[in-house]
Amino acid sequence: MDDARPLIEVENLRLSLPDLAGKPLIGPAPKLEILKGLSFAIPRGAVLGIVGGSGSGKSTLGRALIRLLEPSGGAIRFDGQDITHLPEADLRPLRRRMQMIFQDPLSSLNPRRRVGGIIAGPLRLHGFDAIDRRVDAALDHVGLPRSFRGRYPHELSGGQRQRVGIARAIALRPDFILADEIVSGLDVSSQAQVLNLLEGLVADLGLTLAFISHDLSVIRRLCRNVLVLHRGEIAEHAPTAQVFAAPRAAYTRELLDAIPLPDPDQPWA
Amino acid sequence: MLDGRGAIRRRAGARLWLSGGWLLLLVTVALFAPLVAPQDPLAQDLMSGRLPPFWSAQAEPGFWLGTDSLGRDVLSRVIWGARVALTVACIAGPLTALIGGALGLIAGFYRGWADRIISRLVDIWMAFPPVLFSILLIAVLGTGLTSIILAIVVIDWTRFARVVRAEAMNQGAMDYVAAAQVAGFSRLRTMTAEILPNVLPTLVALLSLEMGISVIVEAILSFVNLSLSTDAPTWGGMIAEGRTSIHQAWWVLAFPLVALFLTVLSFSQFGEGLKDRFDPVLR
Amino acid sequence: MSALLDIRNLSVALKGGPRLLRSVSLAVAAGEVRGLVGESGAGKSMIGKALLGILPRSVEVVDGQILLDGDDLLRLPPAERRRRIGQRAALIPQDPLTALNPAHRVGPQITDRLVDILRWPRARAEARALDLLAEVHIPDPGRVMKSYPHELSGGMRQRVLIASAFAAEPALIVADEPTTALDVTVQKQILRLIAEMQARHHTALLFVTHDLGVVSKVCQNLSVLYAGKVVEDTTVRDFFRAPGHPYSAALLAATPKYTDPDGSLTPVPEAVIAAVRAEVEAAETEWQHGRR
Repeated sequence: MDDARPLIEVENLRLSLPDLAGKPLIGPAPKLEILKGLSFAIPRGAVLGIVGGSGSGKSTLGRALIRLLEPSGGAIRFDGQDITHLPEADLRPLRRRMQMIFQDPLSSLNPRRRVGGIIAGPLRLHGFDAIDRRVDAALDHVGLPRSFRGRYPHELSGGQRQRVGIARAIALRPDFILADEIVSGLDVSSQAQVLNLLEGLVADLGLTLAFISHDLSVIRRLCRNVLVLHRGEIAEHAPTAQVFAAPRAAYTRELLDAIPLPDPDQPWA
Repeated sequence: MLDGRGAIRRRAGARLWLSGGWLLLLVTVALFAPLVAPQDPLAQDLMSGRLPPFWSAQAEPGFWLGTDSLGRDVLSRVIWGARVALTVACIAGPLTALIGGALGLIAGFYRGWADRIISRLVDIWMAFPPVLFSILLIAVLGTGLTSIILAIVVIDWTRFARVVRAEAMNQGAMDYVAAAQVAGFSRLRTMTAEILPNVLPTLVALLSLEMGISVIVEAILSFVNLSLSTDAPTWGGMIAEGRTSIHQAWWVLAFPLVALFLTVLSFSQFGEGLKDRFDPVLR
Repeated sequence: MSALLDIRNLSVALKGGPRLLRSVSLAVAAGEVRGLVGESGAGKSMIGKALLGILPRSVEVVDGQILLDGDDLLRLPPAERRRRIGQRAALIPQDPLTALNPAHRVGPQITDRLVDILRWPRARAEARALDLLAEVHIPDPGRVMKSYPHELSGGMRQRVLIASAFAAEPALIVADEPTTALDVTVQKQILRLIAEMQARHHTALLFVTHDLGVVSKVCQNLSVLYAGKVVEDTTVRDFFRAPGHPYSAALLAATPKYTDPDGSLTPVPEAVIAAVRAEVEAAETEWQHGRR
C-alpha cells in the first residue's frame, strides 16, 4: 500500500440529477447539474470538513464519494482504484472500507431491528469472526452500555441513536468514514458528546474522515482542512485556521458572518 | 410516556381476546362440524319447517336456532357454513396477500421497469368492475370452492399490490436502506430483510381485512347462487333463502347474518390487535 | 407596570400522566423580546402552545394562570378566548413548508383570518396583506399573493408567514424556532427581518429556540428551561456575562463557537445534569404535597 498517495482522489467530478420539478408532461426530466467539476484529495488519516449552504451540493458530493450516487463525469479513486462507474456488485467488497454516518439517526436505523442486530448484520455479511465480541467492543467504543443490544432504536435518545450509527460504522474497521450532518439534529449537550467521541475515534482508529456540515463552528472544532462548496463548485479549499483567520472567498465570509455567535457583543449587522 | 403505552397494550389485549375468541370458536366448530352439529345440515323434514329458536314456546328440543322452510336445522347449517367461510378466508386471504404483496414490494423497492409493468397491470386490472369480473370468471371456471378462491385472488391482489408498493416506496426513501447499501448488502437482501419487516404490519392489517372480505365475497357469490351446489350449507346461501321467508321466519336470515358480521369484524380487529400487541414500533 | 403577558405557575400534563410544564412563571412586557431556551423535551414550545390554545389533544393544563392584558385566558369561555387570542396574539411557526396549505394561494391564507375572524372588509384585508408583504421585503407582492406555496423558496415562505403573523397588529407574537429549518445565511436575513418588524410594530415577542447564538442576537431577556421547569430567568446581557445557574453555564459551554477553536466544547457534565434533575424532582415532590 502506497502511504504517500491520498486515500481519496477526486478529479473534475461532475454529477447531474434529473430535475423532477421541471419535468415536461411527456419525455424525460431535464438534468440538473449539482456538482460542477470538483477536484480535491483526502490524504490518509485526514479530517476534511465539507461546508456549504442548502443547495451547495455537499450531501450529493458525500454520497458520490462513497458511491451511493454515480457521477456523470470525472473520476473518484479510492485507495488508487477507480470507483467512478464501478457496478454495485463490484463495489460490495469495498463497502466494508468506506462507511457512512447519517444525519437522521432515527431514519438510518431500521426501526424493527434491535441495536445488536443493526451492528452485527454488516459484520456477518463481510465474514467477520467473533461477532458478539465485536458488537460489544463497538458499543464500548461509543460509550453505550452493552445491554443496549436488545433495545429498539425508538427506545433511545437522539444522542444514543447517533452513537449506534457510529458503532455500526466503526465496527467494520473501515478506512474512510463519511459523516453527513451528524450533529445537526442533536441538542447542544449531546452534540458536544458526539463530536468529542468522533474526535477520539478518528485518532484511535486512524480513520480518514469527511465531515459534512452547514455549521462552521462544528467544522472548526474537528477538521484540519475545509472545503467550502457553493452551488456545486469549490469556493475555497484551505487549512481550517486559514479559512477562519482570513477567508479568501466572498461566500466563505458570508457564511462566517451569518453565524450568530453566543455573544451579545458580537456585531451582527 | 410509559403509562400511556401500557394503556394501549391493555386495550389491544381486550380486542385481541374478543376477536381471537370468536375466531377460535369458529375454527373449532368448523373442524369438528360432524361431531358438533346437532343435526344433519342437509336433512329435510317438511313436517317441522320454520321452527322458532329455543326461547320460543313453539321450539322443539334439538333445533336450538330453529329450522328453515324445508325443516333443516339452522344451527347445524351455520356450523357447516363456517367450514366453507373459513376455508375460503384462510386460503384466499393469504394467497392474495402473497401474490399482491410480493408484486407490490418488487414494484415499490426496485422501481424502474418492474414498477412500470406492475403498476400498469394494476391500473388495467382495476378498470374491470369486480363483481362482473368474478361472475364472468366463475362462469368460465365453473362453480365450486376452488373457483371462488381463484376469483378472489385474481380480483383482490391489486389491493395489496397498490398499498404495499406505496409503503415500500416510503420505506425505500429512509436512510436505513442507504445504510444497508453502504454496508454492502445486496438489493434482494435489503428488500427481504430491511424493507419487508417494515411493510409487514401494513400487510398483516390488509390481510386481516382481506380475510373478512373473502368471507363476504363468498357469501355474495352464494347469495347469487354462484358458489357451491344449491343445497350445500353456506352463509350466503342461507341468507338468500332466509330473505324469502323473512316475515314468517326471521331466524333463518338472522343467524347466518350475525355469524357473518361477527366473523368479518373479528378478522379485522384481530389483525389490528396483533399489530398493536406485537409490533415493536408503536405509531 | 403590569405585564402584557403574565404566566403564573402554569402546569401542563399528559392526560393522566406526568407534568410537562412544572409551575412555569414568566412575564412579557409590551414590546419586550423574551427568549425561551432549552433542549428538546424541555417544554419550551409547550408554553407557546398553551398560550395560543393549541395544545395537542393528549395534553391538558392542570394548574396556573395565563394572564393576557390582565385577563386569565384559561377562565374565559372558549369562544371569547379564541377571539381574544386571534386579536391579540399570533404565531410564526417552525416549518415554513408545512405551515402554509399547499392547496391554496398565498393571498387568502393571509387575508382569510382577517376577514372571517376579525370581520375586516375583504378589500381592506387585501390592501393590508400587500402592505405587509412589501414590508417583509418581498418583491412583487401582488404576484406572490396569487402564488401557491410550492412556487416560493423556504426563506420566501417564512417571510409570508411573518407578514401573516403581523397582519392583525397583535400585541404578542410567539415565534416557535422560526429559523431552524433554514440555511444560516437565510436565517440571518429572517432574524433581522423579525427584529425589524418587531421594533417597528412594537410587538412583544416570545422567541422559542434551542440556539443560544440566536438568543444573543434577538432577545432582551430569556428564560432557561429544563424538564419543564424554568431554572433561570434573566437578561441576555447578564446571562452571557455570568449565567446564574450551573445548568445554564454548562449549556453555554457546550455551544460551539468558531472564534475559540480549542477546548471550547465541553459536554454538559453528568454532575450538572444530576443536580438540575434533583432540583426538578424536589420541586415536583413539593408540588405533589401542595396538591394533597
